[in-house]
Amino acid sequence: MGEVLVLVLRSRRFMIGAVLFLAVLCFGVIGPQLTDRNPFQMAGGLFNPPSEKNILGTDNLGRDVFTQLMYGTGTSLLIGFVAGVVATGIGVTIGAVAGFKGGFVDELLMGITNVLITIPAIVVLILLSIAIKSRSATVMGVIIGITSWPWTARAVRAQTSSLKTREHVDLARISGYTTIELIVKEILPYMFSYIFMAFILQFSAGITNEATLSMLGLGPYQTVSLGVMLHWALLWEAVRTGAWWAFLPPVLFLAVASFSLMLINAGLDEVFNPRLRKS
Amino acid sequence: MKSKFARYLLQKFIWYLVAFFLAVSLNFFLPRLIPGNPVKVLVSQMATGGVQSDALARIYDNYMREFGLDQPMHIQFLRYFANLFRGDLGTSFMLYPGKVSNLIREALPWTVALQIPTILIGWIIGNVLGAACAYKGGRFDAIAFTSALAVSNIPYYCLAIILLYALAVHNPVFPVGGGYSFGSYPELSLSFLLDALHHYTLPFVSMIVVAIGGQAIGMREMALYELTTDYVHYSKALGLSDKKVIRYVFRNAMLPQITGLAISFGTMMGGALVTETVFSYPGIGSLLFTAIRQTDYPLIQGCTLIITVAVLLANFLVDIAYGFIDPRIRAAQLGER
Repeated sequence: MGEVLVLVLRSRRFMIGAVLFLAVLCFGVIGPQLTDRNPFQMAGGLFNPPSEKNILGTDNLGRDVFTQLMYGTGTSLLIGFVAGVVATGIGVTIGAVAGFKGGFVDELLMGITNVLITIPAIVVLILLSIAIKSRSATVMGVIIGITSWPWTARAVRAQTSSLKTREHVDLARISGYTTIELIVKEILPYMFSYIFMAFILQFSAGITNEATLSMLGLGPYQTVSLGVMLHWALLWEAVRTGAWWAFLPPVLFLAVASFSLMLINAGLDEVFNPRLRKS
Repeated sequence: MKSKFARYLLQKFIWYLVAFFLAVSLNFFLPRLIPGNPVKVLVSQMATGGVQSDALARIYDNYMREFGLDQPMHIQFLRYFANLFRGDLGTSFMLYPGKVSNLIREALPWTVALQIPTILIGWIIGNVLGAACAYKGGRFDAIAFTSALAVSNIPYYCLAIILLYALAVHNPVFPVGGGYSFGSYPELSLSFLLDALHHYTLPFVSMIVVAIGGQAIGMREMALYELTTDYVHYSKALGLSDKKVIRYVFRNAMLPQITGLAISFGTMMGGALVTETVFSYPGIGSLLFTAIRQTDYPLIQGCTLIITVAVLLANFLVDIAYGFIDPRIRAAQLGER
């Protein structure tokens, strides 16, 4: 474990990613605690350019963009995190059970997974979001999570079915472990690094998916997120009127949030797959 | 062998049929889960717009009949399916009495013209770039791989918005949006084509850069793996020229990338839809955007349906191509299921 930690800390990709991500995280989580401004409060005229009073200017309704950016970053990260947890949870459960049980259960679960992979997730997301009227940030994270697990399930299944033929699994089975015990104690720990990386990917995809949905107008209800900010910017033509302060900050934060998670993932990949580590 | 291939095709076809049926069911059920009667809501909205009351009653009856909301669920479902196969996707709320199928027919060519070239060209360039990264390594790889990671993982529309602002608003080199200039009409003339191409550039560039990045990452990983295999070491030991070895590596690493092509049709969809709205490109994405804003359920359903069908069809075609190209994988797939 210590060895792995050293390798992780030595990976430049991982370190850059981690620092960037922590910066965004602090901004979105601690920022809102330090301000007494409300992201929905009027703080100036329409599309006021950045000034001393409003560091990043105001939006289409005269609300302070910097305050929105702090709250929005927090919301987007929350949605991405919930989506990541839900998607990884479902994916690992289904993948591990299918891979371990084999036979009919495997065929059935993988059949469902493959069908869900072919249906474009964005369509299911749009339909679900329309059906659920008042979506809080958490609900939205769950919705995104339950539409994006199939890839994880497929990969976990492949790993499980190769891991289950190992001797220590047989030994545990002889000692009377139940199926659940076998999966949890003898299989999952061996792909912990893999599961963690899958979670990072799902986290990143969750942030992106939130932005996509919100920009189409299906964002969280009465909450500001990075995607919601961009939706307003599009709707009120901030780009075409040149109000760069209303759309560049959320674009930048979205990009940095998802890119930093990808860097973390790429760094971990190098550590756990020595094949990719080139001298 | 021939019958095996036919069985593979049939199997794939059945799976896609299941997926299609499931998608259509979701399309049918989910909007119906919304509490209340959408027709009533709609008509009350129209009433505030000052439409005559007898006209309202007629509209109300028309929608009740079309949705069949007075019927039990299973009859509604069957009717929905029957209408679907006649190409009838219902009547739009916001553009009453405009037909959803007509609106989609107008928007679809724009989306197809934007997406298919982007995905195919992005796929080809991305694969070459990825293989080059894996083979060259060193500084070239570090720079190209990191930039590929960067562009492919920021959402599409981030780049789209930045390009729009930089090259259309701040420096007006390209038009600020739309599929063609205001005042011109789609026709087959050189001036219209040039105008359309001018409008096409920014959406195309913003999407293809992302597509290249995504494919390059996948190809690099596959090629890196291939480079460590025994046959590469053996060929090198035999003194085969680098060029020849690369060709073998490229061909072997290419196969999984064909699946990557199928995946990108589905995963690119969301980003592509938003990119269209950023540029007000007159495709399905912009149509969907307006439909959601106006809570136009029939139009939303029509859009999601056409997106699903397009993605399933693209996947199926790639699967067939895959079967033709690689008999080894065809056999493996048969064994897997």
